[in-house]
Amino acid sequence: MSTTYTIPVGPVHVGLKEPITAWLELEGERIVNARVRPGAIHRGIEFMARERNPIQVIYLSERICGICSFSHVICFIRAVEDLAQMNVPVRGQYIRSLVLELERVHSHLLWSGVACYTIGFDSAFHLGMQMRERVMDVLELLSGNRVNYGVATFGGVRWDVTPELEKALRGMVRYYRQEFTPFREIVMEDPVAQARMRNVGVLTRDEAVRYSAVGPTARASGLRIDLRKSSPYEAYADFDVEPVVPQDYFGEAHGDVLDRFAVRVLEVYQSLDIIEKILDGLPEGPFVEEANLNKVMASLKKADGTGWGIIEAPRGDDTHIVSLKGGVDNVLWWKVRAPTYANAVSWPIMFRGNELADAPLIINSIDPCISCMERMLVTDEREYRSEVVTRSELVKRSRQKTFELGSLKSKYVPGGGAEQ
Amino acid sequence: MISVFILFLKIFAGMPLLALVVLLALLFEGADRIVNAKMQRRYGPPLLQPVYDILKLMGKENIVPRRASRFFFMTAPWLTLVTTLMIFLYIPTGSFPPVLGTEGDMVLIVYLLAMSGLLMAVGGFASGNPLASIGAGREITLMMSYEFPLAIVVCTMAWVAHRLGLPGEPFSLEPFAAVSVWKAVGKTGVMGLICLFLSLVLVVPGELGKGPMDIPEAKTEILDGLIIEYSGVNLALFKLTFALRSFAMATFMTALFVPVSLGSLLGVSGFIVAIFDFIFFWAKVLVVQMIFVTLMRTMFGRLKIWQASQFYIMKVAGLSIAGMILLSIDVIAR
Repeated sequence: MSTTYTIPVGPVHVGLKEPITAWLELEGERIVNARVRPGAIHRGIEFMARERNPIQVIYLSERICGICSFSHVICFIRAVEDLAQMNVPVRGQYIRSLVLELERVHSHLLWSGVACYTIGFDSAFHLGMQMRERVMDVLELLSGNRVNYGVATFGGVRWDVTPELEKALRGMVRYYRQEFTPFREIVMEDPVAQARMRNVGVLTRDEAVRYSAVGPTARASGLRIDLRKSSPYEAYADFDVEPVVPQDYFGEAHGDVLDRFAVRVLEVYQSLDIIEKILDGLPEGPFVEEANLNKVMASLKKADGTGWGIIEAPRGDDTHIVSLKGGVDNVLWWKVRAPTYANAVSWPIMFRGNELADAPLIINSIDPCISCMERMLVTDEREYRSEVVTRSELVKRSRQKTFELGSLKSKYVPGGGAEQ
Repeated sequence: MISVFILFLKIFAGMPLLALVVLLALLFEGADRIVNAKMQRRYGPPLLQPVYDILKLMGKENIVPRRASRFFFMTAPWLTLVTTLMIFLYIPTGSFPPVLGTEGDMVLIVYLLAMSGLLMAVGGFASGNPLASIGAGREITLMMSYEFPLAIVVCTMAWVAHRLGLPGEPFSLEPFAAVSVWKAVGKTGVMGLICLFLSLVLVVPGELGKGPMDIPEAKTEILDGLIIEYSGVNLALFKLTFALRSFAMATFMTALFVPVSLGSLLGVSGFIVAIFDFIFFWAKVLVVQMIFVTLMRTMFGRLKIWQASQFYIMKVAGLSIAGMILLSIDVIAR
């Protein structure tokens, strides 16, 4: 039998957290070919930034992603600090690292829960979601928010670590050391979970290099890369972070979904260690260089040039490039390159030779953040063409679309008009 | 003419039983969801949630996809529900004999179970959705894998009952209700029975599409597969069928392997005891369903279709054959 048929996984799919489409060419249950089509959740955030000043953009950058919100903020702030030559007090750097690690714990816990859900292991999913509540409570105690923390600002952070928070943090670390191990064992030693994740979605070491995989995806393939070690930022130089690679723990790296699971799970323990080290070595002093935002704004208005920020987000390397022009309030331009952008290239390779049942798991295995990834993209799937659209053209088209929607409303007849 | 009259009488007697069965199946489904939620440290829905769901769906519109084969798409839910309901007419409840005990036996029960699964697959194929087709294909593959161990279990049990001279028709479920099969065989036989029981336990998730074998309806893979295009009344019928199938398998297992009855425990008989036995029987079914359906589906993730197929054809079939051989040795040697 050589007839193939095409099945879309997405854009809206129970197994996926965010809209993305994978068109799978199937032969029975086996995937012969796969095409990944993003483009369903582009929001034009970078364009929006051009109508805002850098301080406003901090809070806009938090909205790029709901899970790695703090990574994007820090990345943006570091880019601006880079170009404006701003200084950050040591205590501020420590608190930034602390929140980054808390976010990593939060992100990895969420991911491991979702991975279990994707293979139908609902009990582990609920367990993971429940454990995630604790870190979210701590973040709420710190910032008053559960998702978009609003902690960072230029030259430091906005909230200090109080003794009360420190107590909660230590309690959280104890809680996770105690509760997370059973979860890890439940999933990784479960025969069904092993059958579903072992040798599925394999990305070999060479392929990971060739297709520029980053973060846990690359580490699961055996690559020893971690920006926290290779180019330490904030306070990470003090902690000597070792990249977590499966060959150190299990002898060899398969580069499959189970390895990606293991890497993320082990990174949670690593993050807990780092959080403890941060709490032990938290230096005294101010946590922000200049609290008066008017003064910060005045100095930013003078800044001119392009700055880079690159950090290890929970999903991999996050890069922001920001350009400011002297004498202009607003951001001149801003480019976000989220880790998923690099990892998504590996998807078609991971799909090779797997089955339809694995598809959502493989998509989820790189911990995709589609809304992070989709920065500027124009495709027309019906005619298989893609083009680059200028800003004015995009605005014109958007207005036309809105206009058409308005006129369509009156024409819409329920039950009919579904013809394409 | 008279036999036809008796048949009608029996069907008339079966009506209240079927009504009770539908109600109990939905209540047990509610209990299943609550227990499942508690094991996952959630609150869970109210006990009557499945009833509400069915009532709500009953008031909704049936939508038939343009590509669907209308006739099969619309008839499949009804046929599968009727086939599943018929199973209960052949299972003895407590001390009461099955309503249609003389018209069918265990083979028919297995056949009806397979039939309702097959009709669900027909509905899936007829809906014209590629995902539903995949679900239906998976259902058939799964069925081909678990039918063999199931058939071995049923045939061995019937043969054992016949050879041991348990009272009642061969291949009927009645002998197992009257005499405990566990006491009727020797030590080797008990080991064989355990093997067969375990095989049946492992077949149950496949038969129901639950637990580690919820492959035809895999939500996160093929979006509920078979029933993806169903809505309104048709979906209500399918939901009812799913609840009834869980219930039927639990009832079948209880009737076959858990023959404990209040009457035999206390050594009394009579009509009042029979009524209590009737209630006690459903309590047993509840326990069996909670342990072998709810617990199983809470404990494991979902396998892939070839893994499930391999599991049934290699491991479960092997286990059931081992049980068959052990039981045969025990029965022949005595």
